[in-house]
Amino acid sequence: MQFAFTPEQSEFRAVLRRFLAEHSPTSAVRKLMETEAGWDREGWRALNAQLGLTGVHIPEEYGGQGFSFVELGIVLEEMGRALLCAPYFATTVLAATAILNAATEAEKGELLPPIALGDTIATLAFTEPNGRWDLGGIGMTATPLGSGRFQLDGEKSFVLDGHTADLIVVAARRPGSEGEEGLSLFSVAGNAPGLTRRALKVIDPTRKQARLTFDGVEARMLGEEGAAAGPLTLTLTQAAACLANEMVGGAERLRESALDYANLRVQFGRPIASFQAMKHKQADMLLEVQLAMSAAYAAASAATEDDPELTAIASLAKAGASEAYVSTAKHTIQIHGGIGFTWDNDTQLWFRRAVSSGLFLGDPAWHRELMLRGWGV
Amino acid sequence: MSEIDRESVRAEVRAWLEANWDPTLSLIAWRNRLIDSGWGAPSWPKAWHGRDLPAAVESVVAEEMRRIGAVSVARSGVRGLATATLLAHGSDLQKAKFLRRALSGEDNWCQLFSEPGSGSDLAGALSRADLKDDRWIVNGQKVWTTSAHHADWGLLLARTDFDAPKHEGLSYFILDMHQAGVEVRPLKQMNGHASFNQVFFTDAVVPPEHLVGRLGEGWAVATTTLMHERRGADGLAAAGGKAAERQGPIHDEERAENAIAMEPYRWYPQRAGRVDLILERAKATGKIADPVVRQEIAKLLTLAKSAEWTARRARAAQAQGRAPGPEGSLGKLAASHVARSAAHVHTLITGADAMLAGEDAPMDGLITEILLSVPAGSIAGGTDEIQRNIIAERVLRMPKEPRSDNDRPFRDVPRNQV
Ligand SMILES: Cc1cc2nc3c(=O)[nH]c(=O)nc-3n(C[C@H](O)[C@H](O)[C@H](O)COP(=O)(O)OP(=O)(O)OC[C@H]3O[C@@H](n4cnc5c(N)ncnc54)[C@H](O)[C@@H]3O)c2cc1C
Repeated sequence: MQFAFTPEQSEFRAVLRRFLAEHSPTSAVRKLMETEAGWDREGWRALNAQLGLTGVHIPEEYGGQGFSFVELGIVLEEMGRALLCAPYFATTVLAATAILNAATEAEKGELLPPIALGDTIATLAFTEPNGRWDLGGIGMTATPLGSGRFQLDGEKSFVLDGHTADLIVVAARRPGSEGEEGLSLFSVAGNAPGLTRRALKVIDPTRKQARLTFDGVEARMLGEEGAAAGPLTLTLTQAAACLANEMVGGAERLRESALDYANLRVQFGRPIASFQAMKHKQADMLLEVQLAMSAAYAAASAATEDDPELTAIASLAKAGASEAYVSTAKHTIQIHGGIGFTWDNDTQLWFRRAVSSGLFLGDPAWHRELMLRGWGV
Repeated sequence: MSEIDRESVRAEVRAWLEANWDPTLSLIAWRNRLIDSGWGAPSWPKAWHGRDLPAAVESVVAEEMRRIGAVSVARSGVRGLATATLLAHGSDLQKAKFLRRALSGEDNWCQLFSEPGSGSDLAGALSRADLKDDRWIVNGQKVWTTSAHHADWGLLLARTDFDAPKHEGLSYFILDMHQAGVEVRPLKQMNGHASFNQVFFTDAVVPPEHLVGRLGEGWAVATTTLMHERRGADGLAAAGGKAAERQGPIHDEERAENAIAMEPYRWYPQRAGRVDLILERAKATGKIADPVVRQEIAKLLTLAKSAEWTARRARAAQAQGRAPGPEGSLGKLAASHVARSAAHVHTLITGADAMLAGEDAPMDGLITEILLSVPAGSIAGGTDEIQRNIIAERVLRMPKEPRSDNDRPFRDVPRNQV
C-alpha cells in the first residue's frame, strides 16, 4: 500500500489544482448548475486537450494515459475540491472502468479511445427506480434477438449525466434470472430509438442525474453473456474508492473555508477562531477529514494493486468519506452563522454534493455491511 | 394551578364563548370582542386586555376555543415577542398603541437585531440612532430579518452612544417600517425560500415616544425579547390551527391573513426535522423492517420525546409563576439535536431518493426541504455555541471567559471590517 505520493504525483496535483482554480471557480459552477445539461463541451474539451484527464487510468493501448487509480484518485480529489461540473465521474470512473472490466479486447479497442480523447461522453446505467445498489436490484431485461443483438426493456434511475451521455453502458438481465445470475452489460447510444431520457430534479445540481426508460431498445452486448456480475461488482467497488477520493477533496475544501472564515470573523471584539469551542470544533473537523482522507488514499492504492481486501477497503473509505463530508458541510454552515444558510454563500453547493455523494453508490450503512462481508465477517 | 381552578376557568370561558362566539362577525370585530373580554390573552394583566390568570390557563382557553371552533387572537410571527417585550418594558402609551393591534392582527412585527457585523454578539450593533430636533434619526443596516417584508413595525436595537461601553450604549426602539428611510431587500436561503431580509436605514425616523425602556438600557430590553424567542422555539407552528377546515367568511378572512403572515414560516416545520413523518415514511418505504434503521428511529424518538417532556417541565414550572429564565435555553439546544437527528434518519429512510428534489423527490420535495432547512435551526435565534455558553455561564454558573470588549468605549473595540 502506498502511503505517500511521489514527487511526480504531487506535481500532477499542483498542476490540476491551478487548472481547476482557473477553470472552475464557483461562479462557473453556479452558471453550469443552472443549465439542464450541467456541463459544457468547451470546458470539457479544455480538460482533455490540456491535461488528458478522461484517459487517466485508461491503458495507453486504448489511447489513455495508462496511470493508476492513485492518479485517478488525485484527479477526483481535486475535482471534488473544485466542485467541477463535468461528466467526468460518469464517463471515466463509471463507464470506462466498466468497459475495462467487462468488455472484450475488440470492444475496448473500439469504445475506449473516443472516451480517452474526450470525444465520447459515457455513463453507466445500473441503478433502477428502487434505488438499490446490489446486483439483485436490477430488473431490466435483455431479450436476445439473435446474431448477438438484444432488446432492453425497463427503467434506470439516478444515472449520472444520463440525459447527455453519448454512450450508455447498461446492466440488464436474462429474462427470468435472479440475483447475480444472468447479468450482462450492454452498450446503447444516447439517441437510440425507444430510449426516453429525462433529467431528474436533484438536490445537487452540480451533478445531474437522469431517468432512462428503455422500451424495446436495441443494444450491443459487452463481454460475455450472463457473466457481468463479477466485472460489475468490481466496477462499483472501484467507483466507491474513487468517490471517496472525490468526497475528501470536497470535505477538505470546506474545512479550509471554515477555518479561513473563523480567522476573519470578529464577534465579542475578537476573531471567533480564538474561542476554545471553535478551536475544538476545528480540531475535530481536521481529525474527521484526515481519517477519511487516509482511508480514501488506502482505497485508491488498494484498487491500483488489486489488493485482495479491495472490496472491504473501498467500502470502508466510502462510508467514512460520506460521513466526514456531510458532517464537515454541516459544521462549515454552522461556523458561517447566518451567512452559511444563504443561497449566495458557496458552502451550500458543497453541502448538496455531500448529501448526494453520501447516497450515491449506497449509503454508509450499506457500505459498512459490504466492508464486513468483504472481510468475510 | 389546581385542577379545580382549571375547571372553573374552563366553565367560565366556555360560557362566555357560547354566549359570544359569532362567526358572522368580521375578523376584526370578533377579535376586538375577544380582546375586550380578556379571554384573548388571559395571562396578561387586567389593565392590558388580560385576566391576570396564570399562564397554565392559556391551554385550557385554547382547548375551549378549538372545541367551539372560534377564531383566536393573532399569534403568528414576531408579534408574540413584541407584546412580551412591551408588557415588560413598554410605556403605557406604547402598550395602548400596540398591544391591542398585535392581538387583533392589524399589525405585523419584525425583529431588527442582527447586523452584518454582529449576530452572536448582538450588543456589537453598529446601527445608530441620533437625536436631532427631538426625533431619533436611524442609520445603518440589519440583516437576516425574518418577515421584514410583511412587517408594519420593527423591534430595533440601535446604538445611541459610541463612547459608552458596548452594552451601555444601546437603546431599544419601535420603528415604523413604512417610511422612506427604510428599505427591505429579500435574501434567498439555501433551501430556496426567501423569508429573511436585509433592512437598510437611511435617516429613518423614530419619534421619541417610541424609545422602549430608558435611553442606554436597550440591552436589558433586548434580553427580554431574546429569552422569549429562545424559550418559544417553534410556537409559530401553533398558528392557523384547524382553521383550514372551517367554513364561513370569518375563517376565510383568517386564512387570508395567515397566508400572508405565515408565508415566511412555511418551511419552519421542516427546519425542526419533521419527526412526525418518520414512522409514516419508514412504513411507506419498508425500512421499518430494517434493524439498523429501527435502531436509529428509536434513538431519534427517545431524543424527541425526552426533549418534549423537558419543554413540558419548563412550561409547568413557568405556570407556577417562575419568570422566564435561562433554563429556556435547554429547549433550543435540544431542538437542534432533534432536528439534526431527524434529518439523519430521514436520509437513512429515504435512501437514493434523497438525492432527488422537487416533484421527482418523495412527498413532492418535502424530504429534500427538511435536509436543506435543518441547518438553520442551530443558527437562528442564537447559535448552538451561544446556547452552550449561556447554559454554562448562567445556568451552571461557570466562570465567564475573560472579556476585553466591554470595559472600554465601544468605539475602541475591534470589529469586523464591513
Ligand atoms: C432562518 C434565520 C432567521 C433569522 N431571523 C432573524 C430575525 O428575524 N431577526 C434577527 O435579528 N436575526 C435573525 N437571524 C439571525 C441570527 O440570530 C444570527 O444568524 C445568529 O445569531 C448568528 O449570528 P451570525 O450569523 O452573525 O453568526 P456569528 O455570530 O458570526 O457566528 C459565526 C460562528 O461563530 C460562532 N461563535 C460566535 N461567538 C462564539 C463564542 N463566543 N464561542 C463560540 N463560538 C462562537 C457561532 O456559534 C457561529 O458558529 C436569523 C437567522 C436565521 C438563520
